[in-house]
Amino acid sequence: MNKVSYLKELESESIFILREVVAEFKNPVMLYSVGKDSSVMLHLARKAFFPSKIPFPLLHVDTGYKFREMYEFRDSFAKEIGANLIVHRNEDAISKEFHPSKNGVAKCCGALKTQALLDALSKYNFNAAIGGARRDEEKSRAKERVFSFRDSFGQWDPKSQKPELWNIYNGEIDENESVRVFPLSSWTEVDIWNYIKHEEIKIVPLYFAKKRNVIVQGKNLIPSDSLKNNESIQVESRFRTLGCMPCTGAVRSNATNIEMLIQETVEAKRSERETRIIDHGSNSMEDKKKEGYF
Amino acid sequence: MVDNTEILRFATAGSVDDGKSTLIGRLLYDSKEIFLDQLEALEEDSKSKNLDTIDLAHLTDGLKDEREQGITIDVAYRYFSTPKRKFIIADTPGHEEYTRNMFTGASNSSLAIILIDSRKGVLRQSRRHLYISYLLGIKNIIVAVNKMDLVNYSREKFLSIRQDFKEISKDLSIESINFVPLSALNGDMIVRRGTNLPWYKGETLISLLENVNLKKESNTGQNCFPVQLISRVDNEDVKDFRGYMGTVTSGRFKIGEKIKVLPSKKESVIKNILVSDSYSEEINKNQSGTILLEDEIEISRGDLIANVEYYPRTSSVINCQVCWMSNEALVLDKKYLIKHSNKISKAIVTKIINKVDIESLKETDSSNSLEMNDIGKVEIKIQNQIVNDSYESNRNLGSLIIIDIESNNTVGAGIIE
Ligand SMILES: Nc1nc2c(ncn2[C@@H]2O[C@H](COP(=O)(O)OP(=O)(O)OP(=O)(O)O)[C@@H](O)[C@H]2O)c(=O)[nH]1
Repeated sequence: MNKVSYLKELESESIFILREVVAEFKNPVMLYSVGKDSSVMLHLARKAFFPSKIPFPLLHVDTGYKFREMYEFRDSFAKEIGANLIVHRNEDAISKEFHPSKNGVAKCCGALKTQALLDALSKYNFNAAIGGARRDEEKSRAKERVFSFRDSFGQWDPKSQKPELWNIYNGEIDENESVRVFPLSSWTEVDIWNYIKHEEIKIVPLYFAKKRNVIVQGKNLIPSDSLKNNESIQVESRFRTLGCMPCTGAVRSNATNIEMLIQETVEAKRSERETRIIDHGSNSMEDKKKEGYF
Repeated sequence: MVDNTEILRFATAGSVDDGKSTLIGRLLYDSKEIFLDQLEALEEDSKSKNLDTIDLAHLTDGLKDEREQGITIDVAYRYFSTPKRKFIIADTPGHEEYTRNMFTGASNSSLAIILIDSRKGVLRQSRRHLYISYLLGIKNIIVAVNKMDLVNYSREKFLSIRQDFKEISKDLSIESINFVPLSALNGDMIVRRGTNLPWYKGETLISLLENVNLKKESNTGQNCFPVQLISRVDNEDVKDFRGYMGTVTSGRFKIGEKIKVLPSKKESVIKNILVSDSYSEEINKNQSGTILLEDEIEISRGDLIANVEYYPRTSSVINCQVCWMSNEALVLDKKYLIKHSNKISKAIVTKIINKVDIESLKETDSSNSLEMNDIGKVEIKIQNQIVNDSYESNRNLGSLIIIDIESNNTVGAGIIE
């Protein structure tokens, strides 16, 4: 698909969803991860409520392991659009120097991401958290609802999901319960890139190829700043998804602009999550979601 | 104007083991929507089960429990695209919770693929799939006669199934029904024609999907914009802005046009329009935007902005076909919530008028409850008046969901008569 009007159709649906959240929940928040999906989601939110400012804060769950470029981008962009940005960190785990190579990927994510997110939601009493997950990302997400119900422990039960009919979203919850809302459910990775191009949305430069210091670990190129190690070499590469430095691999690429990037994505032989180490092995996305991870 | 026909949403329906998962896997596989690493995982999976070919069905089974049981238990959404269209598949599996799942998947679809196993022919379940599609207003149906390889690609077999299906559909008004013989396992007539069905001169499945004519709705004189939110801005940059946010659910609106607000019947004229965040002369069906009016009138969420010539009903008692979706049966005179066109109201079901046996399509007389997967006609009494119309003439004003007040679950879905 290379036409633009289908993107407008996706845009309209997402705007409808964002407005439903604001209409039905007292205290919503948008989870902002600084990545491409978050950037699209934020762009949609600005459109949805124009000429008013975005009527909810942005929450960044910071593990302390994000790329320098991400922090810079986050802070300057939030300032530029006048958004209310909340940064939340699991300071306890950070001070204990949680690291995937020391604690294992599952425990590290559990503390720095899942726990930090749940803590932040309860600290501020957010009852609706808008996230940028897409159904095409991973198998277990294909069944996720647009309004996804979480119990009072923030957990997801794949067996008791509410049916969703037409575009009538059920936002009824009790106190202590919450929903996660996914306005980008029907977008694919290629849709996201096409939309970024069409709308000229600013994104973190890490998505574009340049010579980067990396350590080659099998199929993965690990950014070398994250490891105390000198075996790094310079490789023309870019990041398809942005996570924490120790767990985010780069891919070889010479896509230095958005057109090349779309071309590469369309031809991609490997789906985007392969470069995220966290999805492999027994620590599957489904297990993490049940525990409250996004 | 832009008519949004570039995204085709379709539901797939089949009985257990008709090959629905294999068919979807095939569509994704042959349209190159599957990435190499997913494929590698699949190959390993097949190897560990001592299968000699990869099992395409496993591409679409999403949750652990389902993988273990080998069946899918809920609606899953799949995405793929060809140069012509983006496709969204609502994959609704065939087993006992089927009616509710297919009802859900079909509610957002403009086409349904009904699978038939060529060895078994038209079954009672096929009627069920057809009837649910019909109830939800699906105008295009593709009957995919699968597993043709197991009947020697027999033309006679295909023709007789086609005849039988025409028989069961003759009393239902469905605009277009297409029949395709195929083998999901081998890929014949899905994306590629293959060489096994030379007698079939019609289009492949993908070509039918790409070319199906999603009827441009003729403007039936219903321009509808249910209000989602009121936008008021008054600051240094924007002075005294007051607009109504929503999505056009039918027709279109232009600056300068006279409109009325329902249920209050107050009239005004459109002063300005935002489509998404850009000022525009007009706003069309399915577009989200903001409407500004010449007059300050009292409008709240759930009110309808419509053209003055449109007269939907305003009533507090409605009759509708309900599909029950919960393990706990419907209870008469119990307080529920209904959500209808952006508005939540308290309501009770006052009577069950009849229940439909969706396989024989016979209506059985009064029953005092509806259980999970039942479809029946009920009378609902709503605490306040709602602006409504029949589902057939206005999807948005004719559909609602029923919510249980204690569990907050969506327990039913209604199609207003
Ligand atoms: N010979 C042959 N076998 C097929 C064909 N399509 C599917 N099958 C087989 O039929 C069996 C059932 O296929 P599935 O795709 O799992 O069936 P399903 O309809 O999705 O079933 P549920 O997942 O239970 O809803 C599998 O063993 C498939 O390999 C076909 O065209 N020809």
